[in-house]
Amino acid sequence: MHGQIDTVEKPPAKPSAGKGAKPAPVAMTADDLPLYANRVKVYPKAVKGLYRNLKWAVLAFCLTLYYVMPWVRWDRGPGAPDQALLIDMGAPRAYFFWIEIWPQEVYFITGLLVLGAIGLFLVTSLFGRLWCGYACPQTVWTDLFMMVERWIEGDRGARMRLDQSPMSAGKLARKTAKHGVWFLIALATGGAWVLYFNDAPTFVVEFFTGQATVQQYFFVGLFTASTYLLAGWAREQVCTYMCPWPRFQAAMLDTQSMVVTYEKWRGEPRGKTKGAVPPDGFGDCIDCGQCVAACPTGIDIRDGLQLECIGCGLCIDACNEIMTKVGRPLNLVRFDTEANQLARACGQSTGWKPVRPRTLIYAGVLTVVAAVMLTALLLRTTLEVNVLRDRAPLYVTLSDGDIRNGYTLKILNKRREALTFQLSVTGIEGARLVVQDVGETAGGGTVPLAAAPDKVETFRVFVIAPPAALAQESNPIDFVVEEPLSGDRDAYDAVFVGPHKTQRK
Amino acid sequence: MPTKIEKDAATGQMTTGHEWDGIKELNTPLPKWWLYTFYATIVFGIVYMVLYPAWPSLSDHTKGALGWTQRGELAQKMEAEQQRLAPIMARIEATDIADIRNDPELMGYVAAAGRVAFADNCAGCHGAGGAGAAGGFPSLADDDWIWGGTPDQILQTVSYGVRNANENSRINDMPRFGVDQLLDRAQIDDVAEYVLAMSGTATDAAAAERGAAVYAENCASCHGEKGEGIVDLGGPRLNDGIWLYGGDKASVVHSITYARRGNMPAWAERLDPATVKVLAAYVHALGGGQ
Repeated sequence: MHGQIDTVEKPPAKPSAGKGAKPAPVAMTADDLPLYANRVKVYPKAVKGLYRNLKWAVLAFCLTLYYVMPWVRWDRGPGAPDQALLIDMGAPRAYFFWIEIWPQEVYFITGLLVLGAIGLFLVTSLFGRLWCGYACPQTVWTDLFMMVERWIEGDRGARMRLDQSPMSAGKLARKTAKHGVWFLIALATGGAWVLYFNDAPTFVVEFFTGQATVQQYFFVGLFTASTYLLAGWAREQVCTYMCPWPRFQAAMLDTQSMVVTYEKWRGEPRGKTKGAVPPDGFGDCIDCGQCVAACPTGIDIRDGLQLECIGCGLCIDACNEIMTKVGRPLNLVRFDTEANQLARACGQSTGWKPVRPRTLIYAGVLTVVAAVMLTALLLRTTLEVNVLRDRAPLYVTLSDGDIRNGYTLKILNKRREALTFQLSVTGIEGARLVVQDVGETAGGGTVPLAAAPDKVETFRVFVIAPPAALAQESNPIDFVVEEPLSGDRDAYDAVFVGPHKTQRK
Repeated sequence: MPTKIEKDAATGQMTTGHEWDGIKELNTPLPKWWLYTFYATIVFGIVYMVLYPAWPSLSDHTKGALGWTQRGELAQKMEAEQQRLAPIMARIEATDIADIRNDPELMGYVAAAGRVAFADNCAGCHGAGGAGAAGGFPSLADDDWIWGGTPDQILQTVSYGVRNANENSRINDMPRFGVDQLLDRAQIDDVAEYVLAMSGTATDAAAAERGAAVYAENCASCHGEKGEGIVDLGGPRLNDGIWLYGGDKASVVHSITYARRGNMPAWAERLDPATVKVLAAYVHALGGGQ
């Protein structure tokens, strides 16, 4: 044990920080930053301006699209769902207007995701995080929830005061109202999500009359809860901590990418100054803090581009409102490229180069993937044949010495009409083809197979071959399925197995 | 060493009252969400112990207020499953096997249920998919049937089996020609050659010729004049390439000398009539049904 205990200097009294108050500004180095910090609740202030209007417009568009799309009808004829956009897990089919996707063609959806990712790369390298700031569901619903919050609890100052005030009947009423409306929006969101997987009019009736299935109620509940939590409570933490995109989107940015940026060269040194022309020794920034107050992720854009910035541009609106009042030049915070900022600082001419190797590569890959997908869609077959050979028994020796193999043949008739396909086998001389309970043929003839519209038909098929026709143990054999009227044709390369050659006499 | 419990100036937290080398430990409370989750699990545990079997005793265990058991749940599920299948099983029981074979809907059920029932009851001897096995377990997929390959004949065989105690069992017994000295060795050798000649695999034409008379006298009554087999008597066909006990000369000589008497249980004694019918229809559809 130590003989003496060092006298520890008493740390400075902690500022009596109320809940939600900003910590006192302290100059910090990287070493000083704590590994863990409690979340400081963000109270974004309402702003007016160009970017706010754009954001409202995109929000209205996205939400309208989301809530209305399941109700759009599309006639596909009798026996098929008439919902334009539907993923029918039970059938299982996915419908997108005139396109119908079978589970075997899920690569179309993969292609869409690839297109989405590369499109995101391209847009980011051109305009920064437009997706994050405007179109991402997290942003759209958070914005919607904040609108409700502002409407019920008031703007930034009023909300901060309300949160710090002791519980009262008024506070309780407002909080209850806010969470009630949030819950209703969340329910509508979770409900609308399920509509994409069910016939919308039918499901809505079933949902409210208690006739929907347990799974349906579960998924509505799940998406209601996640919407409520993510948009009501988690908000900017989703972008900062949960979403992987902000962590690597910087790799898409270069000096020619348009990003939200602060004109440090003319704003600094900031100070609480008055008048259209700042006094000597000061820049245009009057340090009013409105850009910070307006930020939905609670950051200071004057610190430069940072991980938390979702590129929504609300700080631009906030700053311009003030600059208009003060009478100083607008766009102290603006959408601009890093190269332009350097040029402006030096008084050189500005410009923007959207065509760069980076954007060309992204656009090129985007074009190639889109072309591949389009080609695949145009060449999409309406007939597919699968053949599975019996494993037990491998082959059967018949009483006349012939060898028989059994197969399960599946015909995927993707057309919406009943068709009769012609099945034949090639590759083995003298093979006899027997379709169980349907018919048989020999000598290269065909057996007609009826297939119902939009169905998979399964047939038991036997091929019987004389041992002399089998050159080896495993012999290639082709199953050919044709539809003479439409010209649809598909073939499946299978094998015909006979006895091991050394065993034969 | 214990020290005074005091308030830490830097954090405002109380200390635990322990100190090691000048380092004091803060008594930071557990996170609320963790604590409440912990309490919730305790409540859950108590409720669970009341409702469900929980505590073992020396010979038994507590039963729980719900009376739930895993076996009971399984029995319930099996019961529910049988209820679910009851209508189609009733239809199968009421339908003639030949009509089942021509009904695509019933055959769809037979294909699924038959595969499972076959794997459970038949595959042990007849092999997966009815492939058969060496040593007297006939293939059910080929076109050679000892007791007949029509749906009705197969149903009869599956229901009552072969050479068992059931009174409807298929029965025939081949004499042990060698052991009981009905034929001498030379005669057996000759008739074996003659039998092999029927399927064109004989090696001694003279012996085969000598065997013809022996065959006509001793074998033809069951196996047919030309070895074509007599289904009604269960006399296997001898003039094809399919051999239940091997088609080489030694095996044929052994069969004649000792006789072969395979058995099959009467499945009507073990399974319900609908399942037996499902099995018969399934076997008929394996590829060799007539």
